Amino acid sequence: MNANVALILTAAGLIGCGVYLLLERSLTRVLVGLVLISNGVNVLFLVSAGKAGTTPIVGVGAEGEMSDPLPQALVLTAIVITLGTTAFLLAMAYRSWQLTGHDDVQDDIEDAAIRDLAAADETSDSFDLSLLHTNDTERNDDTDSETDTSKGPSR
Amino acid sequence: MSALVALPVLLPLLGAGLALTLSKRPRAQRVVSTFVLTIVVVIAALLVYEADRNGPQTVWVGAWPEPLGISLVADRLSSLMLLVSAVVTLAVLVYSIGQGMTSDGRDTPVSIYHPTFLVLSAGVANAFLAGDLFNLFVSFEILLFASYVLLTLGGTSARIRAGTIYVVVNMLSSMLFLISVAAVYAATGTVNLAQLSLRLGELPEAVSLVLQLMLLTTFCIKAAVFPLSLWLPDSYPTAPAPVTAVFAGLLTKVGVYAILRAQSLLFPDSPLTDLLLVAAMLTMLVGVLGAIAQSDIKRMLSFTLVSHIGYMIFGVGLATIEGYSGAIVYVVHHITIQAALFLVVGLVERRGGSTSLLKLGGLARLSPLLAVLFFVPAMNLAGIPPMSGFLGKVGLVDAGIQVATPLAYVLVASSVLTSLLTLYAVAKTWNLAFWRTPEQAHEAALAIREMESEDAAPLPNAPARPHRDDSPAATATLTTRDIDEARRIADADDDTDQDMYQLMEQDALPTRLPRLMVGAASGLIAASLALTIAAGPLFAYTDRTAADLIDRDTYISSVLPQDAR
Repeated sequence: MNANVALILTAAGLIGCGVYLLLERSLTRVLVGLVLISNGVNVLFLVSAGKAGTTPIVGVGAEGEMSDPLPQALVLTAIVITLGTTAFLLAMAYRSWQLTGHDDVQDDIEDAAIRDLAAADETSDSFDLSLLHTNDTERNDDTDSETDTSKGPSR
Repeated sequence: MSALVALPVLLPLLGAGLALTLSKRPRAQRVVSTFVLTIVVVIAALLVYEADRNGPQTVWVGAWPEPLGISLVADRLSSLMLLVSAVVTLAVLVYSIGQGMTSDGRDTPVSIYHPTFLVLSAGVANAFLAGDLFNLFVSFEILLFASYVLLTLGGTSARIRAGTIYVVVNMLSSMLFLISVAAVYAATGTVNLAQLSLRLGELPEAVSLVLQLMLLTTFCIKAAVFPLSLWLPDSYPTAPAPVTAVFAGLLTKVGVYAILRAQSLLFPDSPLTDLLLVAAMLTMLVGVLGAIAQSDIKRMLSFTLVSHIGYMIFGVGLATIEGYSGAIVYVVHHITIQAALFLVVGLVERRGGSTSLLKLGGLARLSPLLAVLFFVPAMNLAGIPPMSGFLGKVGLVDAGIQVATPLAYVLVASSVLTSLLTLYAVAKTWNLAFWRTPEQAHEAALAIREMESEDAAPLPNAPARPHRDDSPAATATLTTRDIDEARRIADADDDTDQDMYQLMEQDALPTRLPRLMVGAASGLIAASLALTIAAGPLFAYTDRTAADLIDRDTYISSVLPQDAR
């Protein structure tokens, strides 16, 4: 099989730029990155079809010289799917702008909360919930076990 | 009988169209989707019977000459996966109907929910039945697209945030999949799995190794195997309970199925089994350690989901009949149990007003039924005998010991350790949410808040800060009534800061759980318990399945007659 170097380089360039954009925070740029990547992948399919030939319709060209129609069919499917996903992502970026005033990909709130809990645990050696109940000596015993478990997430 | 093979894909798609036209009539929609999924369960059961008795059933879609068209194949593995996934989807659908009828309906806009759900189930069925790589890609896209919609239902800010990560990661993995398909086609000139299994072996070793690595990377993203699993716990927990349940039950397992199929059919003499085993070990341990650190039940379960994917990859990585068989049993067990647990957590959320362990307490006394419903699958997940989780783990450990390489022993040890740590994680959840009283939960929450305000100076507590400058001035000028409306709805949907004790004081919690939701959850739990009773036949069936997978010839010759190769 003869691979077309120009097509491969084009695909590599497109995918490279796409990956760069994908690493941005703004969802719109991520979207442009994904579109570039998908175009690069579509070009790769043309590479995998081998040498370009005549129109693959029986009776139009000689049978041995036809180009391979299957990758073209696959690319068509891929293009349609990318179109749908792109539209969906655009809608999400718009919704994100409606809600927050920007379309940046945000950090996970729960992750941050757990990080804070862990940091609080490390910075304060005196972190012991049972101390907060010392005036209530009668219940101190059973709160001990309970505070242990409530401290669990921070470990 | 082979005419049945296309129906699990066709019926839900047709049903989705019908349900969409009925969007003004929610009752008719419910009837359509329940009816369609019930039929799919029946067909899947028939396919299991047929595939077990008469070998794989094949359909060539569109009547193209044989190796050219799209093939759908139901062998023992596919039809078993199909049956389990159909049962779980049906149960989740019933649950969500119960939820939709009693809630205000804004959380689950009924008119899109049912069609999307049916499309999702069609995608899952198509993935299990796909007989060629590109059809597998298309089915991934079908189910992913449905899952994008389900995950961002209602468009609240938490769901948009989670959905962003989910959509971008999955689009990226789809691109990887496409690149691999292009490479496979360039190298072999076909995408049909049966033909590939014959031709990939003839390739130079280096080429087939590259192809295998690319396919495995793609599937590992879908299956959430450790270094590629980080998207999952971020995105799953924000979705509504039934959606999370069906995602957790099915979507990752589709990835596991694809790994199993690729490893057994396409790359039987794989040099990468050791890599898979190491990844399995890391997935198990890192996942369960993450689960222990969580303070929210849904997130805890998402991490155990990642962790237990490791068990299945462990079985696949062993690449023996016992290993494959154990992995398949574990998949069956885990689909039912993980979906059941998420359904129960949905009930907990309804009864206790939250899924945060910092807010819940005393559910065991308030609702003993709910406590039982949580306790049984939680213990099953941890692998307490005699439940199916225990049997699945024993099968895998046994297979590991039979392989008897040092790495296999390490895997056996870490799987036992993971089982113990899972027990710790679910027991912690049990103690906090069910065992202590709501008053204790309230006091602990107050104490934590007090401590946080004391520490506020050295610890600026500002989670989720946008990284670019958030410019309120710019948006303020653009603010329209629509945007105000959107923000108001999103704010109203966020959790209140009140814990369960405060909500109880205000009588803000429902005391009765919808019967349909409880029924669906307990049905799934009963199914998982029935797996214990049916363990003998199940293991016999999966042993036959695994023998087929190792042998390969049954699959290949049923798809491609000798002259079509």
